[in-house]
Amino acid sequence: MPSFVIPEKCDGCKALDKTACQYICPNDLMVLNKDIMKAYNCEPEMCWECYNCVKICPTQAVDIRGYADFVPLGASVTPLRSTDSIMWTVKFRNGNLKRFKFPIRTTPEGSADPAGGWQTGSDDLKSPCLFTEPASSGLPDVPKL
Amino acid sequence: MANFETIEVTTDLLILGGGMAACGAAVEAAYWAKKNNVKVTLVDKAAMDRSGAVAMGLSAINQYVGLKDGKNTLKDYVDYVRNDLMGITREDLVANIARHVDSTVHLFEKWGLPIWKDEQGNYVHEGRWQLMINGESYKVVVAEAAKNALGMDNIYERIFIVGPLMDGEKVAGAVGFSVRENKFYVFKAKAVLAAMGGAVHVFKPRSSGEGLGRAWYPPWNSGSSAYFTLKAGAEMTCQEVRFIPVRFKDAYGPVGAWFLLFKSRATNAFDEEYMVTRRPELENWKPYGGVKPIPANLRNWLGMLDVMEGKGPIYMRTEEAIQKLSEAAGDPKEAKKKLKELEAEAWEDFLDMTISQAILWAATNVQPEEKSSEIAAAEPYFIGSHSGASGAWVSGPADLAPPEYNWGYACMATVKGLFCAGDASGASSHKFSSGSHAEGRIAGKAAVAYCVDNPQQPNVDMAKVEELKKEILAPLDRYEEFKGGSSDPDINPNYIKPKMFMFRLQKIMDEYAGGVSSQFKTSKPLLNKGLELLKFLSEDSDKLAADGLHELMRCWENVHRMWQAEAHVRTVLFREETRWPGYYFRADTPKMNQNDWLCFANCRWDPNTGEWEMMKRPILHIYPQPQDHELLGG
Ligand SMILES: Cc1cc2nc3c(=O)[nH]c(=O)nc-3n(C[C@H](O)[C@H](O)[C@H](O)COP(=O)(O)OP(=O)(O)OC[C@H]3O[C@@H](n4cnc5c(N)ncnc54)[C@H](O)[C@@H]3O)c2cc1C
Ligand code: SF4
Ligand code: SF4
Repeated sequence: MPSFVIPEKCDGCKALDKTACQYICPNDLMVLNKDIMKAYNCEPEMCWECYNCVKICPTQAVDIRGYADFVPLGASVTPLRSTDSIMWTVKFRNGNLKRFKFPIRTTPEGSADPAGGWQTGSDDLKSPCLFTEPASSGLPDVPKL
Repeated sequence: MANFETIEVTTDLLILGGGMAACGAAVEAAYWAKKNNVKVTLVDKAAMDRSGAVAMGLSAINQYVGLKDGKNTLKDYVDYVRNDLMGITREDLVANIARHVDSTVHLFEKWGLPIWKDEQGNYVHEGRWQLMINGESYKVVVAEAAKNALGMDNIYERIFIVGPLMDGEKVAGAVGFSVRENKFYVFKAKAVLAAMGGAVHVFKPRSSGEGLGRAWYPPWNSGSSAYFTLKAGAEMTCQEVRFIPVRFKDAYGPVGAWFLLFKSRATNAFDEEYMVTRRPELENWKPYGGVKPIPANLRNWLGMLDVMEGKGPIYMRTEEAIQKLSEAAGDPKEAKKKLKELEAEAWEDFLDMTISQAILWAATNVQPEEKSSEIAAAEPYFIGSHSGASGAWVSGPADLAPPEYNWGYACMATVKGLFCAGDASGASSHKFSSGSHAEGRIAGKAAVAYCVDNPQQPNVDMAKVEELKKEILAPLDRYEEFKGGSSDPDINPNYIKPKMFMFRLQKIMDEYAGGVSSQFKTSKPLLNKGLELLKFLSEDSDKLAADGLHELMRCWENVHRMWQAEAHVRTVLFREETRWPGYYFRADTPKMNQNDWLCFANCRWDPNTGEWEMMKRPILHIYPQPQDHELLGG
């Protein structure tokens, strides 16, 4: 069942006004059951296994079990995402284990400057020159035919 | 009527969607808006950090031209795209995106996207146009710049946009609803940019149990761009060009790195390479059968011929490719090191953008260095930014477009004030993530210029808005009215729930319009029958029912899909030839019609009469074409 919530680990995001998993799911699948304060995937067959709910959950309460209509049981893929990298643990059906770590960004979170530090442009609203051009293109001008 | 507060938001430029194109538009428009005192507002159905096709991340930037290094020219990119689409391409649009895309990629890098570099500090290419990235947070980084540019006060998340508001022939805004609280939104604007992605689940996917959501294309893009532009009365183009990717089977993991970077072969069960054994078939599709690289659809087609002859499974020969590459590294120690490196690259390719494929490999104990994996053609999708081309017919830029392709503002549809970018604009394929962002920027700037030139706020007829509100919320009312009539909320003679509505659409498209189970084949009688059944479906869309906000969104998503479906069926019917075998095959007209081939097949739904019009538009080149006489069959 694509994403699922481990009840013991989910604390309903401590009853804040919105839960992290509900906030992030691009397909609006994660719902908080207010009676028991546990989240659940309300439409597992519409899940893309994008792992965004898994990556964002503060208590690591969300996991993914591969689609049962074509994935044999027993494997797992688990991310641990920090501010600059992500660690993946891949567990095979036969018990083999692999770990991978990849960078995810080179700048501090929140710091993206829209102009990227490039000199902004010609200030001509009607020219084809975009606001960071030509500096950001590395060319003297916008190419013509 | 369900009790929903109406929230009115008045702005100048309204950006619909929060994906790659919308983020590009936001960053660009924010700059020009500030200088020209224009207000910009963005609306996304999800959270921008992780919305759209790049939600999971990507492992490559698929469009980088490298103009500053003099490696390629604009014309090279135009030639590549035109050839891949077998001649049917708006060169002006492709060239316009190509001349700005590098600048966008350089911005991505500054914002914090890790792009692979070699020892000399040059980008590592996957193929001629593709760059390798550590792209898990690609969308987070791109969204961050957009948010920083616009400010969260001007961004509305979790609002589902249903359709356009019009002032006569001009666009005047959009309506939608919150999927979190009972609020109906009316956005009034001078210019609107539609950038709500493409469509999936129009055709039946291969997996229909739990794996229904595991289409290659993300289940949350449901044809909202196509619906929006059609309902506004905009002319649409290339609606017959669906995209069918060949990917690792079932989980749809990417194959680009395997083919381009690792140079892997694909073979059938008898170790035959269909790209070699089927080569004579390419003669039938000349001149495009002879171009390099061979068009994506023709590569699909050659593989499909093997499958139809029972020669499957088709395998990506991963073990062979890895072995070759590691051996080429030199002595055994170097080879071992190289093998480790390649293994990590192979896994990252999946973990960055199709994690399901990593689960499937782990669950079937696949080690790519030891064992081949199956590949297969997925189901058809509508994604004008990738190797498909469906979208709105938009104006080219004044300095590149022939007069027939230019009506004032770059990226503006045939409806005044309505701009389109990314999957929403047609006949400009192969823009991918980076080109969609660049096109969003082009559109964002042009739309601000439009707002400055047209300072008058369009009129919005509030009586019409009230009607729309009633229509949009009707599925909630219907459910409340009739739910007592059955002990099962899903089975009720008075209504249809969105899920079954979607299944009905998918069955029609699959069986009549050439989906997976009909091996992508269709014909005039099949298409006509499909249209007949679509008409019943359309009538029944007035019987959709929703038990809450989430299901209300599902209702409208499926109406959007249905409109995309109809535009597709009508256009495939209009062209009496097989266009792009490997994407679809018309059994009654199996060949290319050389005399009639080179034209755009366009359509328009007329909001005044409710009728569809079909028309052809000429293919005009912006570069001299020495081989023109050949391509035209003369
Ligand atoms: C599986 C896959 C792999 C890909 N791999 C690569 C790759 O390796 N490299 C590469 O460069 N490109 C790749 N692409 C292509 C790239 O993702 C697209 O070209 C790009 O995302 C298109 O941008 P867009 O803005 O048109 O759509 P999207 O980025 O999909 O954005 C659509 C936006 O519209 C919003 N939306 C949809 N409907 C509504 C509505 N009704 N109301 C409000 N908002 C709505 C969505 O929430 C989203 O924010 C891949 C695409 C897919 C699907
Ligand atoms: S994010 Fe985690 S803890 Fe919060 S509600 Fe979701 S599953 Fe529970
Ligand atoms: S994996 Fe993605 S689609 Fe599935 S519930 Fe989580 S966030 Fe939503």
